[in-house]
Amino acid sequence: MATTRDWLLDDSPSSRLQARLGRSYRLSHALARNPLAMVGAIIVLTLILVALFAPWIATHSPIGQDLAMRLKPPSWDNWMGTDELGRDIWSRVVYGARITLMIVALVAVLAAPVGLIVGAVAGYFGGWTDRILMGITDIFLSMPKLILALAFVAALGPGIQNAIIAIAIATWPGYARIARAETLTIRNSEFVAAVELQGASSFRVIVNHILPLCTSSMIIRVTLDMAGIILTAAGLGFIGLGAQPPLPEWGAMISRGRSFILDQWWVATMPGFAIVIVSLGFCFLGDGLRDVLDPKHGDRQ
Amino acid sequence: MKGVLGFLVAIAFTFLGLLAITFFIGRVVPIDPVLAVVGDRAPRAVYEAARIEMGLDKPLIVQFFHYVGNVLTGDLGMSVSTGKPVVEDLKRVFPATLEMATLGIMIGVLLGVPMGVYAASRQGSLLDQVIRVVGLLGYSIPAFWLGLVGLALFYAKLQWVGGPGRLDIFYDGMVDPVTGLVLIDSLIAGETEIFFNALSHIALPAAVLGFFSLAYIARMTRSFMLDQLAQEYVTTARVKGVSERLVLWRHAFRPILVPLITVIGLSYAGLLEGSVMIETVFSWPGIGNYLTTALLNADMNAVLGATLVIGAVFIGINKISDVLYRVLDPRAR
Repeated sequence: MATTRDWLLDDSPSSRLQARLGRSYRLSHALARNPLAMVGAIIVLTLILVALFAPWIATHSPIGQDLAMRLKPPSWDNWMGTDELGRDIWSRVVYGARITLMIVALVAVLAAPVGLIVGAVAGYFGGWTDRILMGITDIFLSMPKLILALAFVAALGPGIQNAIIAIAIATWPGYARIARAETLTIRNSEFVAAVELQGASSFRVIVNHILPLCTSSMIIRVTLDMAGIILTAAGLGFIGLGAQPPLPEWGAMISRGRSFILDQWWVATMPGFAIVIVSLGFCFLGDGLRDVLDPKHGDRQ
Repeated sequence: MKGVLGFLVAIAFTFLGLLAITFFIGRVVPIDPVLAVVGDRAPRAVYEAARIEMGLDKPLIVQFFHYVGNVLTGDLGMSVSTGKPVVEDLKRVFPATLEMATLGIMIGVLLGVPMGVYAASRQGSLLDQVIRVVGLLGYSIPAFWLGLVGLALFYAKLQWVGGPGRLDIFYDGMVDPVTGLVLIDSLIAGETEIFFNALSHIALPAAVLGFFSLAYIARMTRSFMLDQLAQEYVTTARVKGVSERLVLWRHAFRPILVPLITVIGLSYAGLLEGSVMIETVFSWPGIGNYLTTALLNADMNAVLGATLVIGAVFIGINKISDVLYRVLDPRAR
């Protein structure tokens, strides 16, 4: 008797939809068997839920000051204690999830497509196009990411938008390299020759036939990069060039707590735990996705 | 011979690219460099004269080559915040960073390599899992946060290490800077007291940097070793009755030495980046601290100079480990 499961796992799917659903089903199953990846997925999901429902999860206002309550240690009322303006740190960390999520999402949305297109165009056309585009990519790659981001923020001016732009500028070259490598392996396949012979334009070949095949390695790389993006954003916030007060950005919160680290350790420590947990979550998930989507590069267990 | 020439040309192009980036960043600054010099109440004529004086009326490409020429002759401009030439500032602060990063990489290599080898030899064991998680923590802990937590714990609470800075204040300026590395200078001067004071100050920041290189080096060593241990010659050695220790260190470890050198080089270069954050936390008077101070004061000459030096050292170390790899590995020649 044909069940939904049989339909999903059918070796010869009769429609595109069936093939896609079947693939997602197999992937989610493989992911579910990888405990670390599951932990990662749960952490990332929690981050998204916390960001969405912040007003219901926070116990206090993230910006409401109460000087009578300043620098109180963690207690039943203030789970993570309060900061130098009497604001509840737990509530600020909860709202900070929104900022972190926005930063990683925007960096991914800005950097991944640029890298993807530059890499695919370079790999597809080859020759001088390739040499020039990859030359530029390599120059950016030869610089340490954080320093590059710092220098760009210095030029653009502090602030969260500029921090996002600067991080995106430092991130896209890695994606261009991957997209180019993928494109080179596909470039001379028969199916590309077939669509070219049917008169497809270069634009059409790249967009419809090459880019879709680069996406899986791109998803892995972007997920693995998320931790680095979070750390860079927090670093910019810590130095005072990223999100500006009173925004509850985790790096900026640690920076404020720096003056109290010796006596009121919780002010700087608590937001740091949030950064570590969320970054670890993305690392676990990325590692798991790599094992599942890309068996040949899998970490040998 | 041809290979060497091609290599040098490639390096030259990379450095030119680096200069192009810093030049470009210098040009996108919203602050008008002329106004910064003449002030915003200067009459039109003075402004124009200063603009021409500074060469800002020439085409971009001419300005770029002018900039390259300046950099090559060691002129990075004046720092607004210190009032000295940027080159002089950089020479003064660089040894502090070098000292910390070198100690950090030593910690990373001495602990990370044995950890990686051990993890690979007991694959799947509890310790192997722990080492894997440590490896991932290296990617997810903010360096500045670890430094702060370390200060709260080891300096404030346990009082095992010295606080921020390179020395206690009353030791400041008591040894002549010969190499600029306080640990070595104090030994040259025979001041053991100052040496131990400097050691207590550098221990924590170097350990924090060491943690990050340890995480990366252990992870890579483990993966290289697993590759080797799966080879047939290892099985042969084991079948012949060679002790496990010899199999690990003589048979399997030797071939991974070459890729490991590249990993260590990359990690060393990476510490330079990590030190920017760490120095801010520990008030360490190195290039990272110089860079962040300049950033906050919008002191663009200093920012670009520090960026240029860090980028150049980064590229330099990468290229050197690349060359070592080619020289040492017969297959890559």
